[in-house]
Order: sequence, then C-alpha cells, then structure tokens
Amino acid sequence: MCWDDAGAVHAMKAAVLVFPGINRERDMARTLRLVSGTAPAMVWHAETELPAGTDLVVIPGGFSYGDYLRCGAIAARSPIMDAVRVHAAKGGLTLGVCNGFQILCEAGLLPGVLMRNAQLRFICHDVYLRVERSDTAFTRGYNAGQVIRVPVAHGEGNYIADGETIARLEGEGRVIFRYSSPDGMIDPNWNHNGAINAIAGILNERGNVLGMMPHPENHVEAAIGPTDGRGLFAGLAEVLERVA
Amino acid sequence: MIPNEPKITPELVAEHGLKLDEYRRVLDLIGREPTLTELGIFSAMWNEHCSYKSSKVHLRTLPTKAPWVIQGPGENAGVIDVGDGLACVFKMESHNHPSYIEPYQGAATGVGGILRDVFTMGARPIACLNALSFGSPAHPKTRHLVSGVVAGIGGYGNSFGVPTVGGSVRFHARYDGNCLVNAMAVGIAKKDKIFYAAASGVGMPIVYLGSKTGRDGIHGASMASAEFDEDSEGKRPTVQVGDPFSEKLLLEACLEIMHKDCVIAIQDMGAAGLTCSAVEMGAKGDLGVTLELDKVPCREEGMTAYEMMLSESQERMLMVLKPEKETEAETIFRKWGLDFAVVGETTPSKRFVVRHHGDVMADLPIKELGDQAPEYKRPFVSAAKPAVVNADRVRAPVGLSEALEKLLATPDLCSKRWVWEQYDHIILGNTVQRPGGDAAVVRVEDGPKGLALSTDVTPRYCEADAFEGGKQAVAECWRNLTSVGARPLAITDNLNFGNPERPEIMGQFVGCIRGIAAACKALDFPVVSGNVSLYNETNGRAILPTPSIGGVGLLGDFAKSATIAFKRGGEAILLVGETAGWLGQSIYLRDICGREEGAPPPVDLTEERENGDFVRTLILDGSASAAHDLSDGGLAVALAEMAMASDIGAALDEGPGDIVSHAYWFGEDQARYLITVPAAEVDMVMRRARAASVPVWRIGTTGGNALALPGERLLPLAALGERFEGWLPTYMAGELANA
Repeated sequence: MCWDDAGAVHAMKAAVLVFPGINRERDMARTLRLVSGTAPAMVWHAETELPAGTDLVVIPGGFSYGDYLRCGAIAARSPIMDAVRVHAAKGGLTLGVCNGFQILCEAGLLPGVLMRNAQLRFICHDVYLRVERSDTAFTRGYNAGQVIRVPVAHGEGNYIADGETIARLEGEGRVIFRYSSPDGMIDPNWNHNGAINAIAGILNERGNVLGMMPHPENHVEAAIGPTDGRGLFAGLAEVLERVA
Repeated sequence: MIPNEPKITPELVAEHGLKLDEYRRVLDLIGREPTLTELGIFSAMWNEHCSYKSSKVHLRTLPTKAPWVIQGPGENAGVIDVGDGLACVFKMESHNHPSYIEPYQGAATGVGGILRDVFTMGARPIACLNALSFGSPAHPKTRHLVSGVVAGIGGYGNSFGVPTVGGSVRFHARYDGNCLVNAMAVGIAKKDKIFYAAASGVGMPIVYLGSKTGRDGIHGASMASAEFDEDSEGKRPTVQVGDPFSEKLLLEACLEIMHKDCVIAIQDMGAAGLTCSAVEMGAKGDLGVTLELDKVPCREEGMTAYEMMLSESQERMLMVLKPEKETEAETIFRKWGLDFAVVGETTPSKRFVVRHHGDVMADLPIKELGDQAPEYKRPFVSAAKPAVVNADRVRAPVGLSEALEKLLATPDLCSKRWVWEQYDHIILGNTVQRPGGDAAVVRVEDGPKGLALSTDVTPRYCEADAFEGGKQAVAECWRNLTSVGARPLAITDNLNFGNPERPEIMGQFVGCIRGIAAACKALDFPVVSGNVSLYNETNGRAILPTPSIGGVGLLGDFAKSATIAFKRGGEAILLVGETAGWLGQSIYLRDICGREEGAPPPVDLTEERENGDFVRTLILDGSASAAHDLSDGGLAVALAEMAMASDIGAALDEGPGDIVSHAYWFGEDQARYLITVPAAEVDMVMRRARAASVPVWRIGTTGGNALALPGERLLPLAALGERFEGWLPTYMAGELANA
C-alpha cells in the first residue's frame, strides 16, 4: 500500500475538532493529509454539526480550556460534542489522542479517567506500545503483539477505572495498546505514568471509539524520525476507502 | 487640571527607584511636581530593565547588520531572512528575579513574555530554548528552584503548544542567591508580513487585547532593577501569574487579525505593562498617545490609574488598529473569548496623556519617557588577567578513566534528560534533532529548510577574562550550529550581570560586550535582539558574568544535518583543530583537581572560522557521518557523549608526546570538533584539510561497546551511561548526601 501516493483515490473524510487550548491540531491535520492524501476539515468547538459525510472524528491533543478544571471536562461539554455523540452512536469512527482521550472519557464515550502521572511530572519521550489486537479499524495496520515506538507528552496520562470496568475492558479485549518494553514485556519500569495494567489506549464496547495517550501522529515521517505511528492512520484510511 | 495627591516626598521618589538627579530631570522636563501616577510612569520607564540606561552606550557597539538581517535590536524581537519569502523572528529574555522568588510562575511568565515578543511581530512560534543557571547543588534552595523553574517552563510551553527543543543548565555557588532563567523563542513569519511597534497616523484607535488587568506584577520591572537581600521573599506579590491557555488564544487571535490586515502597529504588554507598550508605540512613531483608563478591562474593582499603569498582568497586547477594521477585529477576538477594547488614540502632540474618571492623571512628553530616557556612562575597571595555568604542573589526582567517569556524573556535565523530558519537544511535528545534541534542528514548515538553534555561554571563562569569555560564548554557539551542518546566521544576547554601579561589574559587562562584538564581527554572526539583566546580586555578591548567547543557523536541507552519535563501527575518528592541552578554567581542573583558576582558553576567531567552515562542508557533502563540538570537559567527554548517544564504543590512540595526557584528554582548547568518516575516506579528508590549512588528526576508531582510552581499563558504555544519566534524577529525588 502506498497511502501518500498522490494518484490514489481517497474517500476518507476526517474532521479534526478544535477546542480553545487544543494545540496538536496542526500535527494531526498534517498527518491525516500525509497518510490519506486528503486534508481534514477543522471543526470549531462552537459548531453544532459535523461536516456532512464525516467518517472519522479526531479529537487531538492539547490543553483544552487550559485543563484548568479536570483535563477535558469543559471541552466534553462543548456544543460540538453532541454531534460527536450522535456520530459515535451511529458507529462512526472516533479517535481521541492525549487530551482527546481525556475529553472522550469526560464525555462518557469511554470509561475511566486519566490521573496525574505517577511521578507527578509532565513527561515527553518515546515509549513502546504493545498492540494487543490487529482486528480493529484502528490497528489493522499492525500485527497483534507488535511493538511500536511512539512519543508521549502528558502530565495526566495515568489511566484508572473501577475494578469492574477494568475487568470488562480486559475481558472484552478492549485494551488496544499497552506500555511495554521494546520486546513487548509488560513491566512497571516501562510504564512511565503508572497506568493500571499499563493501559495506553482503549476501545468502546462497539469498537468504533478509540482513546489513547501517546501521539502516533508525531511518528509518521521518516525524514523526522520513526514512522511507527503511520500504521494507525494508514489502516483507518484503508477502512474508510473500502467503506466508500 | 491634574489632581496631585499624595504629595511627592523624597522618600516616595526613593521608593520608586529614582535617583535624586533623575528626579531633578523629571522636574526639569515637566516644569512641575509630577502626580503619583506620573512618578510611577517615570519609575517604570526609566528603570534599568526598561531603559537600558547603563548598557545602551555599550550595546551600540555590537555588530547588528548583515545582508540577511531584516530587523536588528530595538523591536520586540530580531528578524532575519531565511529565504523562500520567510523570516525567522527570535529573541531571548531573562526572568531571573521573579524565578528566584516564585520559580514556577517566574519561569512560566518568562516563557510567556518571550513568546509574545515573537508573535507580536506576526510570527508563529516554532521553538523555545532556555539557558538556566542555578546555585550549588548543595545549597538548600537549589533543588526547589530547579524543580519549580523546569516545571514552570514546561507548564507554559507545553500548554501553549510550542516545542522546547534545547537549552543549557549549569550549577555554581555564585548563583546561590540569584538563579538565572533565560528563555528564547523562535518564530516563522512571512517576510512581507512583519509587524512593528511604531504607531503611524493621527487619531487612530488604540486597542487593548487579551486578558484583563489586575493588580499583579505592579513594580515588577523595578524589582528587576534592584539587588536582592534577605527581604526579597517579601516581593512575591510582584511576580505575575501566567495563563498559557489565554496566551494560546491570544496567539491565534493576533495571527488572525494580522492575516486580515487589521493592524497598523502592535506591542505586547510585558515589563511595565500598559505604560511601556503605549509609550513605545507613540515614541517610536513620533506620535502622542492618549489613554482612557475607564475603558481598560479590569479584573478587580476600584483599580487606580497608578495601579493600571504599572500592572504587569500577563497575556495582554496593545494595538493601533486600522479604524475601518474595528468590527472585523473585534469579532475575531470575541470568537477566541478575549477582551477587546478601544482604550485610546494616537495624537499629534507627542504627549502621553492618561485620563481616568474625567481627570488627567498624567500628561508627559512621550519621547523623553521612551527613546530619550537617561543614559549613563558608568565608570568601569577591567580585572587583572589571571595567570595561565601550566598544564605540566597540574598533577592528575586520578587516572584518565576514573576522571572521565567522575566528570560524566558532575552537575554540569551530566545528562539533562530529567529537565528536557518535562518539556514537550516534539509538538508541531518538526523537531528533527531533539535535545541532547549540539544544537536542536527544527524543520521550517514542510521543509526542506531547517533551523539549527543553540544557547551557549561559559560563565567561568567570562569571570576569569571577560573579553575572551565574551568571544567564547559567541564562538561556541557558532560552533554548535556548525556541528549540525547549519550556516550560523545571527544571535540574540541575554546579558546577565551584577550591579552596574560597581566599576568592576561594569568592567565585566564592557569586557564581555567587546568580546561578543569581536566574535560577531569575525564570524559574520550579528546580534539582532537581546536583553540586559543587571543587579543580579544578593547581599552584595554578584553572579558570574553570564552573557547567554542564543544562535540561529540555517540548513538548506534539514535531512543533511549531522548528529553527535557514532553511526557504525570501524569508522575513523578525526579531531579538527589545534590541541595545546589548556587546563586553565577547565571543568577537569575545577571538578577533579578542585582548583577554579587560571586564564580561560583563548579563542582564535580565524581558526574558529576556518575549522568550522571545513567541518560544515564535510557534513553537507556527506563525508562526515557524525560531528560534535568540543567544549566543557574537552576531548574525552565529547568522545563519551558520541559513544553514549549511539551505543557504539571507540578505541583511542595515544595523544601527542608533548602534552601531558590529562591535559590532552580534558583540556578545553577552542575551535575544535570531532567528526567520524568511513575509514576509506580518511586520506581524502586529510588531503582536503591540508588544502584548507585546517589541522586534523586521526585519533581513533569507532567500534565495540566500550570506550578504550590508551593504556586505560575499558569503560563499558552501559556503565558510563548509567553514571551520565543518573546524577540529576538522583539529586532531584533528594537521594544524594551533601547535595
């Protein structure tokens, strides 16, 4: 597959939500454009509808509303989020990265919450993620068990939920990414933020909403660094092209 | 009629930091006693921080021009042409005193201030750097300051959404009572869309933008213009509180109104807030300004004119608006949830008039407040030059391997990963070289151009010999940019010194400026912006003279940039530049021998240029597979850094017989680089070096997983790396005895 081939036909129609204080929207938009060949629509938080035909909603990283309340709490109550709920309820693909993950949790589209990192500091560095499943729209570009290297940049990425929820997430195979060692071992030394069960990304019940703390969108260009994040977007582009 | 309450007493004048002769000058200028508001305005404009009254006469001697310089010093930031219709806008500024009193907010607002300086000119910030100097690790306050400053820099930059890609961190007891926080911001703008502070046109609306005005930061600039003492903690209320969220909104809103061509002139409200911004816009445009304070958005009720004029509330801007664009501009600001208020207008009078509740609270000549503020030619004495340390007479207390192991775990040479991992250094997706190398490299827009960025200074050299130290700071910055393959273009200088009223401090200042000027001239590396921070003293003890240099270099193709990491085994390691074994003022002499003395290494600017140009050529034509400049710790430390960055070891040959071995391996001779080249290309590179009259020696070969200094036990890289990475996290966790 060559997803940046300008001659390819692309049907993916992504919308990147922009809340005040979001700051990785440009990174996300560039990645979607590079991988799918089509620039996404940038949708302002005060809008009440998504652009017609939107098949992927992306909530990028940043500090929406300064994260002055709980991370994502205010953005989750923005006008556009009602449209996102409708989109997700219809089975529309929805991806939340970093602050986007926090917003999805606050919006009730994903369970659980992201707490302060265990070491109480903001951390920016590359981490290794074990991809737990490859049979989802988000991870079809990877093999199950594959380890990918992507960066994190967050102060509050320490995922937690009540025991029952965690048991369900695990039982239903909804933990999609885990922090791991470079050879895929789950080890507290490689779980930089202390997330329970080393959880880095989870799916909703229906499998169409993914929230994750790391930034795959920052690892897609060989000229800049590793390209392990590309598989996620390439996989989505492939799914959405087939749907079309 | 100007109400004049309370009476202006000599005590009140002194509290405002104005000297008797300065106050007399005020009386002469306006022909009457000033109002309290006016006294506050004079105090804000004529303090050292805003007026540069002690430094101006010397700053004028710095080279500021080159064909690629679009805007030199005097504006919010410097601007250089980087081709393709783009300009790079950058500046470095200190926030020292606030950071010592309240490290998180002091550092955070330092970052906020410098970012505003850059986007005020129409540039989108693409990178931040910083230069931090802390007291001795053993000082009880140091850990608290490191922790707070680093968290503050990260807290602001991460939320604002700009990558913090590089910087420097040092420790020395002379910063015990006065840490230094120098923050640099770099932005990219369209060359024909640069915005300036000078107002133009009479009767044009002056618009207040951004956050509301509160009582925070009143007299901040005056605090920055006085020495510290035991009571300085009491000045905490003068430290402002940063709001990166508002700043991000302000950035987007400002860029949007600039894009829509609404702006005649714009100035951020930094030190001395509303006063300084309004006066600068008027003075630079040869216009008067009238402000109606009743229209200023306030956070608190009952604020007086005095408080509003001196508040340093953050995330605010003042703009002269194209009148026909008022509705359009206001709509944009409302969309971003920011305040927008017309608070005054430009006038033909060259007077600065402030009205509040119907009264004229100030009516002052604007030029004398602004660009014609007092200037001093303060007396200065140059310190005697220290004796050159004879390396032959420096006994090596430990062997080479042990010395290297120790040095890599010293506060100044250890890895600063603990610091830069708290900064988002990858956001925006353009960071080609992350922190930890010689210079950061960021892609410009979608490439292929890249910018190389570095901050440098070696304060102990400046203390020992201000002129050589000033030269070295610029030369090392130039060298760091060169080491990644960039063509160095221009610098911003952030000059941190003690009390200029002391002739020996003024001597340091003047010496450093002369050194900086000499190096800038020789290296075609002009100063385009800068900041002076004086009075960095506590209880009469000054910091080390610290002229931080922030440099910008250009890469035609970022993909060609070199990194410090060895690339493969079996490559030749070449040393470029003359080695004499200079131990005076070296880290080895200080941290291994316990002697902080001697003359610093001299900087031969011709050699710097020739050696650097040679290395850059090898990088750009693909001959050099890795490159690293030699600085603190000398040859052995540079080799260890290259090896640790790659997990590839090296075997080193004996040094020349006429230099004692510890001086060869740890001396800090200048104008030197290490490069690696494939073994088959050594002869060709040597021939080219001879042709260019550049001294080059082959000193070893890459390979293995250890560093092998000649005749010494092997140093496995894993163990070296642990020492290198270990010191700072261990110290910050409070797990080091005596530190």
